[in-house]
Amino acid sequence: MSYSETANPRGSVLDRLRDALPKLVLSPTVAIVAIFVYGFIAFTLYLSFTNSRILPTFDWVGWKNYENLFKIRAWDTAVSNLVIFGLLYIAICCILGLLLAILLDQKIRAEGFIRTIYLYPMALSFIVTGVAWKWFLDPGIGLEAVVQGWGWESFRFNWIKDRNMAIYTIVIAAVWQTSGFVMAMFLAGLRGIDSEMLKAAQIDGASTFALYRRIVIPQLRPAFMSAFVVLAHMAIKSYDLVIALTGGGPGTATELPATFMYSYTFTRNQMGIGAASAVMMLMTIAAIIVPYLWSELREKK
Amino acid sequence: MMSATPNAETATNAAADLTGTYKKTGTALKPARIILYLILVFFCIYYLLPLYVMLVNSLKPLSEITAGGMMALPGEWTIAPWASAWSSAQVGVEATGLRPYFINSIVMVVPAVALSTLVGALNGYVLTKWTFRGATVLFGLLLFGCFIPFQMVLIPMARMLGLMGLAGSVPGLIFVHFVYGIGFSTLYFRNYYAAFPTELVKAAQIDGAGFFRIFWRILLPSSGPIAVVCIIWQFTNIWNDFLFGASFSDFDSQPMTVALNNLVQSSTGVKEYNVHFAGAIMAALPTLVVYIVAGRYFVRGLMAGSVKG
Repeated sequence: MSYSETANPRGSVLDRLRDALPKLVLSPTVAIVAIFVYGFIAFTLYLSFTNSRILPTFDWVGWKNYENLFKIRAWDTAVSNLVIFGLLYIAICCILGLLLAILLDQKIRAEGFIRTIYLYPMALSFIVTGVAWKWFLDPGIGLEAVVQGWGWESFRFNWIKDRNMAIYTIVIAAVWQTSGFVMAMFLAGLRGIDSEMLKAAQIDGASTFALYRRIVIPQLRPAFMSAFVVLAHMAIKSYDLVIALTGGGPGTATELPATFMYSYTFTRNQMGIGAASAVMMLMTIAAIIVPYLWSELREKK
Repeated sequence: MMSATPNAETATNAAADLTGTYKKTGTALKPARIILYLILVFFCIYYLLPLYVMLVNSLKPLSEITAGGMMALPGEWTIAPWASAWSSAQVGVEATGLRPYFINSIVMVVPAVALSTLVGALNGYVLTKWTFRGATVLFGLLLFGCFIPFQMVLIPMARMLGLMGLAGSVPGLIFVHFVYGIGFSTLYFRNYYAAFPTELVKAAQIDGAGFFRIFWRILLPSSGPIAVVCIIWQFTNIWNDFLFGASFSDFDSQPMTVALNNLVQSSTGVKEYNVHFAGAIMAALPTLVVYIVAGRYFVRGLMAGSVKG
């Protein structure tokens, strides 16, 4: 019910102003979102159909940028990298997160302390994480050198310098950063499960394993959904970590759509193609987020 | 995300429960329990390892790292890398260390957090206690704005900052973070105020209290918990941002994350790993301190900001 409608407008300017006040307070936000989100989306969408290079121009070229985009090998690499990275990142985070949540849910002493340790990477910037892992994975001084120093001379771990393996180092660092958060999401889900039902099943003699497989995990569906949406959205936007860890290299081996967009727009002066790649990113995220938001907001009614 | 749904309600309670400590029960240490604890400790080591590597290597001379002792404690303890990272390392054109960029980040983050939180609180108040037709749709559009890939707004934003005369400046970054921070801060306050008794607002209205008076006297005094959550979330996000910082700052206005990346990626001279590690800890320290001091609020912010449970 609307309060501004129940208030009695006597017609004086002051009263009308008072009635409009809530909307006035909200209006700057409406204007900001209209311009800086939707206006900017429209602008970039438009640019993706122009032959903009260093600066935006308004010469319409139709679908040419998109046609060119799909012919560029670096974009191909970026998309297939995103698929590899995204699938592994989401799968490993979910498995590890669920495992840790279940283990932590066994009435552990010092649970709060352990949880704090698992979750702290999420507070750090991807740039910091990237720097730490960059040197830790560097064969010259990092893990490889350390293990060799311990006497295992033939030990090799140079993925970060290997064109075929470098993308997996991004997965390693990203999983380290986010899996604790997924653990917290699943733990919250576990704590939300009706304990009466579990007790009943336990009395009926169900083993812990059966308990989780049959009752607990199926009830975690909402937590899985949320984890998937968050992780997929983070994977598509991943930029900082790649920049700090590999800079997109060696060559273009760890290029992702986000790094592709940046370099084509700002360093290669192909703004039209950069804009087209940004539009592709938006479409991918929208395909995940819009149905999610839709169902969440409809639920409320 | 919308913690007003029944499903989300339990999840939010669970999230709150997460932040409390578990009741201790006297369980004897059976073999299975020992294995359980071993696995948990193993993962503690896994998560702490990079922090350990950063810390020990920031306290040793470069020669010890290049000799292959990355995991070892320093043979010779030194704070020289810290001093260098802070005030004399070559970051940009001049050898200023990270200090000026740390200050940039502080100057950027404080007003951006304050502004977006304040506007978020007012928005949440309007969206829950003064609702109007289309409010849900408007909120949905606002939320979608939180999730768009920011690559989509980089080009027009660069133009806009140029037009506003804010290009390449700290105020420009404050503006950008303020604008894109509103969505989440509104989300937090909206969900929090949705549970606030509307009868109180009605009663105050009958007593003749106006829009701002009700906000100031009735809602704001009880907003402490959500304000803390919102401030921590915004602080962490803005401090850790790299994309906007890299896109919209010039040499003098770079935030800490961008400067750290420049320090590490710079191709000239010897790679001073120990200085890089010290710099990385400096860039991590503010959010790490917040997490250690107010971890429970950080977790709540994460949960509410990304999901319903």
